[in-house]
This record gives sequence, structure tokens and C-alpha cells, in this order.
Amino acid sequence: MGFLHFLSDPITFLANWLQGLLLGVGIPAGIVQFILFVIGAGALATAAMMFVIFLIWLERKAIARLQDRLGPNRVGPWGIFQTIPDMIKIFTKEFITPTGADIIPYNLAPILAVAGVLMVWSVIPLAISVVGMNLNVGVLYIIAVGSLGELGIIMAGFGSNNKFALLGGFRAVALLVSYEVPMVISLLVPVMLAGSMGMTDIAQAQNVWYIWLTPAAALIFLITSIAENGRAPFDLTEADSEIVAGFNIEYSGLKFGMFYVADFLHSFTIAMVFSVLFLGGWRGPGAEQIPILGFIYLMIKAGLIEFLIIWIRGSLPRFRIDQMMDVNWKVLTPLSLSIVVVTAVLDKLIPVEQTVFRIFAFLVVNLAVLLITGWLIEVFKTRRPRPVVSKTQRPVARPENVAANSNSGD
Amino acid sequence: MLSDWLYIAIFMGVSAFLPAVAIGMAGLLSPHKPDPIKNSTYECGIETVGDSRVQFKVQYYVFGLVFLVFDVETVFLYPWAVAYNKLALWGVAEAVLFVIILLGGLIYAWRKGALEWV
Amino acid sequence: MTVLQIIFLLAAAITLGSAVMVVSSRRMMHVALWLVLTLFGVAILFALLEIRFFVVVQVLIYIGAIAILIIFAVMLTRHSLEDVGPHFNRGWWIAILACFATFSGLVAVLSSWSKFQTIIRTIPAGGEDILSLGKAFIDPAGYVIPFEVASVLLLAALIGAIFVASERKEGKR
Repeated sequence: MGFLHFLSDPITFLANWLQGLLLGVGIPAGIVQFILFVIGAGALATAAMMFVIFLIWLERKAIARLQDRLGPNRVGPWGIFQTIPDMIKIFTKEFITPTGADIIPYNLAPILAVAGVLMVWSVIPLAISVVGMNLNVGVLYIIAVGSLGELGIIMAGFGSNNKFALLGGFRAVALLVSYEVPMVISLLVPVMLAGSMGMTDIAQAQNVWYIWLTPAAALIFLITSIAENGRAPFDLTEADSEIVAGFNIEYSGLKFGMFYVADFLHSFTIAMVFSVLFLGGWRGPGAEQIPILGFIYLMIKAGLIEFLIIWIRGSLPRFRIDQMMDVNWKVLTPLSLSIVVVTAVLDKLIPVEQTVFRIFAFLVVNLAVLLITGWLIEVFKTRRPRPVVSKTQRPVARPENVAANSNSGD
Repeated sequence: MLSDWLYIAIFMGVSAFLPAVAIGMAGLLSPHKPDPIKNSTYECGIETVGDSRVQFKVQYYVFGLVFLVFDVETVFLYPWAVAYNKLALWGVAEAVLFVIILLGGLIYAWRKGALEWV
Repeated sequence: MTVLQIIFLLAAAITLGSAVMVVSSRRMMHVALWLVLTLFGVAILFALLEIRFFVVVQVLIYIGAIAILIIFAVMLTRHSLEDVGPHFNRGWWIAILACFATFSGLVAVLSSWSKFQTIIRTIPAGGEDILSLGKAFIDPAGYVIPFEVASVLLLAALIGAIFVASERKEGKR
């Protein structure tokens, strides 16, 4: 019976046992609390970083299969251990610091980039009783911590003493900063429906998953989070053909590896946050009595969303920067504001008791808003056509054409 | 209350400490052979031309500005959203008025061409 | 010295120290980064006052928007980003004397105020209450007029800034 009790809720069991042990030795309660916090934070952060090893393998396999090839399959069954030799390689590469680089911002930037993602894990509820800290402003905390990551990118950009890094850094930050607007606005909707900004409260309030109530807000949040992560199709800032790897040109060895780790960890963090906010988090049959089931449900949901994000990466071509800005300011921001207004008005008109009718009404209204947006986009497209570059006739690069155009400048 | 922030502070320390330790370990394990050509900054394989300061477009600043205004607006809306379940319909109407005023600002920025990436 | 007092003194030292560095750094980008540290110190002071909402709002808006905007504005300046020349002139001891005199004057005036020695009220258990803040924004007997005026103010700021920025764009052409 004791073993079953341990199995159903290992983390709380271990925490209580450790607390009893330390208190029994005679350490004052405040210090015990502090020690438990340190152990908990250290374990969570280390587990998250170790998990990245699995994530990198998963992404490489999934992208490979989407591109009709095998992916890593030599090192271990299905290539599971591939990331470990890669890690060893990157650990032993030399750190080449460019001349004239600003030492402290240059070295602090990769640490800030990783810290900006890792700190989100402290507020995600992993099960009904397992959460780092139940901060009651968790949603805003997640976005605030994201802005620390952007600061890391700026520091990488100008600390490298390199024109391309500077330009790439500022372009990246302008993009990230623009995509924060619809993200922050669309996060108002789960906060409205749950009545609290805390992640545990939002997870607990989802008797009906919020994705059924506001699919539009969930869609906007997913799109803007993928843009915040800087992965395809929004990865203009690190495209080799455009700006030669952007702000992390001058980084080598593990410092570059840290940016890489931050990128992959960010995508799984997005999946976890989306699952908590819109898919009910740890909720599922039997999760209240047996907390470890809640953790498994959360991992399954986050895994599905992570697969969706990888799928999007493998399928869509890269956007141009002006296209990205247009979509953000002209489509996503007004859309998210109107979703907030529509949901606010609708929720007050329909009483909470009629659950099925409520879900139905919300779904219909959200679908209507999305369809109207699609129709408006079509109307605007016909009003201001983009120049079609591919159909203009251009002279072929042959010597006779060059002689013909030689007086038109060189 | 304060124990919340203690945990966050510890987590901040740990999440800054882990990459720093990893980078430190890599610094010990990796070779260190600085060379003036290796250390020169990268400019597509040729020598650098001019000092490393680029002509900055004012467009970046305008985007940052519009983001700032909308961010402050959304921060005003968050306490309203937390209190939403306890409000009547006229409470919602006041916040809708708030949003509409700022939507007007967005349309102004759109028409003035401030949202174009030149 | 309770732990709280030590943390407060540390946060105040970080804030004041980085504020001094903001004023006296030579390179503009370093100035911007020291400003970020100052704002972070203020956020720690908010955390000690147990208003969680304003801690995250401080980091989100000040560090995430305003500091980044200041960095962009710094990059827009065409002059060299270094501050050349000496920082002190010959009359620096007069300046220090004047600062010290002002500071002592302020402390003397404040400490002779009757309310200077009042004990601060303890913060109610449960910390701050975002729910009441939200309700106060909407309540006609509360802060609804400042709430709506704030939106008009933000609109005015947006229009003014875009007007000034686009005028410069015209001026460049």
C-alpha cells in the first residue's frame, strides 16, 4: 500500500519524506523550506535540460520522415543516442571570440537566452499537486520572461562587433517584439474565462477545455508562439541565405549550442504552455486522485502539440519579413482584439449553466469571426494586388544581351 | 507570498547557473589557440570594410513604439479580465470602449503607413 | 537585521549602483544595459512589497518594451557611440558639496515631519488583490474615468509618435 501511495504521487511523497528527515535532524523550518526549494528548482531545471536531448532526436527523426528520408538511425536503436556524440563534439569546439567583442554582453547572451526559456518551467503545473510555484500572475510572468530572452538576442547582436550580427539581432528583436502584441492580447481570453492569471487556476477551471470555447484565441496563440520561437516558417532571422545566421554568427562551440538548446526547449515549452492554457493541462479521467496520471496526460498533450509544431516546420516555406509584419499588424492584432471583445460580450449573454449550448454558441461565433477575417483578407488582396514578379520577361544572361544593354549603366 | 519570489529567485539563479557551468566546462575541454585571422569578424570571407555600425532604419523604432502602446493597453486590460466573471454587462461595455479607442489608433497607424516594412 | 532588510538593502544597492553607472558609462550600449539592471532592481523592490502584478508588469513593460525602445533609439543616433572627453571639470568639488548640502537639507526637512516615524501598516495576508483592482477599473465610483482617459492618452501618444517619425521620414527624402 505504501508503494502504491509512492507510485501515485512520487514527487509529493519524496518532498514530504525529505522535509520530515531534515526537520527531524533539527534544522529550522525556514532553512528546510529553502533547501527543498533549491533541490526542487535544481531537479526541474536539470530535467528540462536533459529532456532537450530527447527533443532534438525527436525533431530530427520527424523532420526526416516528413522529407522522405530516414534521419539518424546508426547510433543506438532508431538513432536515439545520436544527440550524445553531437553534444560531445560541441563541447570540445574552440570558443573563438571575435576581436573587439564586448566581453560581458557577448558571454552573457547565450546564458540569458537559455534562462529566458528555462524560467517558464517554474510556473507550469505538472499535476494537481506538483507545481514549481503557484504564482498568481503566471500568464504575465511567462511573457515577461520571454522579453528577457529578447534582451539576450540584442546583447548577442551588438556584442559581436559584426555588422551582420547587429542587423540580424535588431531585425530579430523587431520581429519578436511585434509578435508579442497578438500573443499578449489572445492570452486575455483564457484569463477572462478562468477569472485568474495563475496557471494552476486556469488548469483547474477547465471543466470544458478552452480550445472548444475559443479555438480562435488558441490558434492565434499557437501562431504567435511559433513566431516568438523563431522557427520555420518564421525563421527569417537565422536563414543562411538571407543574413548568414543572423545574430549568432560569431558564436562557436557550446555558446552556439546554448542558443540551439534554447530554441528546441522553447518549442516544447510552447507546447506545455498551450496544453495547460487551452487543453486542460493535467486534466483527464482519474487525474485528481492519482496525480501521476495527470503528469502523463500533460506529457501526451504536449507531445501532440510538439508534433504539430514540428509538422508545421517541415511543411511550410519561409515567409518574407514584410509578409510577416503585415500578417502580424494587419491581421492578427485586430483579430485578437475582436476575439477578446466578442468573447467578452458573448460570455455575458449566455449563462454558464447551459453547458452544451454554451460550447456550441462559442464555437459558432469563433468560426464566424475566422471566416469573416478570411473573407476580409480576400477583399483586401484584390484591392491591392502584389506585383507578380515571376511572369515578367527578363533577358537571359548571354553576351549578346549584355552588349545590347551596355549603355544602361554597369 | 514572499516564498513565491524566493522560489523564482532560486530558479533564476539555477537557470543562469546551469548554462554557465556547461559553458565553463566546455571552455576547459576545448582547445584555445587564438590567431589574429581566426579572431577577425566575419564578413562573407573578405576583410571588413568600415566600422561596425549600420545605418539604422527608423522603421524599427516605429514598430517598437506601436508595440509599447499596445502592450500598455493590454496590461490595463488584465485586471479587468481577472475581474471579468464578477462584472455586469456595462462593465464589459466600458472595456470594449477602451479597446475600440485603441483600435482606432491602430487604423490610424495603418493608414499613415507606419506599419509598412520599407 | 532580518533577512528582508538585507534583501532590501541589496536591491537598493543594485538599483542605485546601476543608476550611477547609467550616468557615467562611456559607451551608449552599456548605458542601456545598466538601465535594464536598474529597472530590474526596481522590480525586486516591488517584489518585496508583495505586489506580484506590478513586478511582472515592470519587467514586461519597462524591460521588455521601454528598454528595447531606448536601445533602438540609441542606434538611431548618427554620432559615434562613445563619449569622448573628460567626465569631470575643475569645479567638481563644488558639485559634490552642493549635492551633499541638498541631501542633508532634504533629510532634515523630512525627519522633522510629524509622520516620519509612523509604523508602516502590515500588508494584509493573501497579498494583493487583482480582483478588486479590476473591479475598481470599472466601478463608476472607482477609477473608470482615469481608465478611459488612459486609453485616450495612449491614443494621443501613438498618433503623436507616428506623426513625428513619419515627418522625419519625409524630411530624409
